[in-house]
Amino acid sequence: MRVSTTVNGTPHVADDVWEGESLLYLLRERFALFGSKNACEQGECGSCSVYLDGTLVCACLVLGGQANGREIVTIEGLDGAKVQQAFVVAGAVQCGFCTPGLVVAAHDLLNRVPNPTDAQIREALAGNICRCTGYAKIIDAVRLAAGSA
Amino acid sequence: MEFFQPATWAEALQMKAAHPEAVPIAGGTDVMVEINLDHQRPAAIMDLNRIRELAEWERYDGMLRIGAGVTYTRLIDELGDRLPGLAMASRTVGSPQIRNRGTVGGNLGTASPAGDAHPPLLATDAIVELASTSGTRHVAIHEFFTGPKRNAMRKDELIAAFLVHPATGPQQFSKVGTRNAMVIAVCSFAVSLDPTHRSVGTGIGSAGPTPLRAPRAEHFIEDVLLDENLWNRKAEVSASALKRFGDLVARAAKPIDDVRGTAAYRRHALAVLARRCMTWAWNDYRLAA
Repeated sequence: MRVSTTVNGTPHVADDVWEGESLLYLLRERFALFGSKNACEQGECGSCSVYLDGTLVCACLVLGGQANGREIVTIEGLDGAKVQQAFVVAGAVQCGFCTPGLVVAAHDLLNRVPNPTDAQIREALAGNICRCTGYAKIIDAVRLAAGSA
Repeated sequence: MEFFQPATWAEALQMKAAHPEAVPIAGGTDVMVEINLDHQRPAAIMDLNRIRELAEWERYDGMLRIGAGVTYTRLIDELGDRLPGLAMASRTVGSPQIRNRGTVGGNLGTASPAGDAHPPLLATDAIVELASTSGTRHVAIHEFFTGPKRNAMRKDELIAAFLVHPATGPQQFSKVGTRNAMVIAVCSFAVSLDPTHRSVGTGIGSAGPTPLRAPRAEHFIEDVLLDENLWNRKAEVSASALKRFGDLVARAAKPIDDVRGTAAYRRHALAVLARRCMTWAWNDYRLAA
């Protein structure tokens, strides 16, 4: 089947999409947008976090056909310089695999809650796993991006 | 694999009648895991995201009628004040990403004994609204779960909504797991106090082939509250009565040993959860202004 979607403001079309294909597969394998990472494919790790019509979701849990006609924003198109810079300054990037998903999730938090408490930061990032376990600096980075550190 | 994307509810019901094998998908938090990991490859799949009325809720005959496609995030934000127990359970579902997509309709469709929404729905006598081209029927929540990941739905039916009374008193929910987020319950418990009818509702999760109620525990604590005039006196429930309540909840469970915990642990933890939830709920009631 054909899937037509807007990704980072640009129309994208894929043909011969298998009906069971995820949005994550579409982004990476058909649109060559490799920023959204593929790790668990079960919504556990948050590495594929993207916006779907403005809502933070795991791209691996969205069926390709469900993205038809929808607006997707990935890490590549995110207005996320402030968050990204804060991750660099705080030393919140180790291997970097979880970073795109965390940046998108932190961006979503700061959109909703401009000055989050530590508890709110932890709650908002609870679905994003960092296997280098650099969580302390990730939380520092979000505080920094919020202007409270 | 066939892909159906009905635009209206009427169209969805017709498609389900014509293709009873089609697996409905809403938030994808269960169905996509099965497909991604190749645990299941359905012959057909039906996206319910486009059907506007599934994502709506309304007041209905003194109850709240909540569309099967309302997400956990919206339940918490829009109905948390009227359904505090379900909102507490919803906050323990997955992560923000999961709560933004997952729905109670999906929880009911999957019918896992560990589904987080089920104990508060049991504790509040919720009703599941099932629909097909041949009509709509209401199934009481305690008759909905028929076995592990099995429910009372026919192949041609879809879940339209669930109906639940707005809380008239305190409600509590508690869940045991290895961390606060992203946890499938080892066991869970919900309690609902109804001061209007002087009744207490319970729900047990992840400690039996289906989510369960604990009727003997309910009757026991209702009798205690009535016999000692506690609804009016707003005095504390005795420690021994609270312990007995917890023990009766544990006895109502039918747990097994599995990867998340042993049957013995689950029974023990449930007794503790039930005693604590009842204590919290009762304190909420008696200390309320």
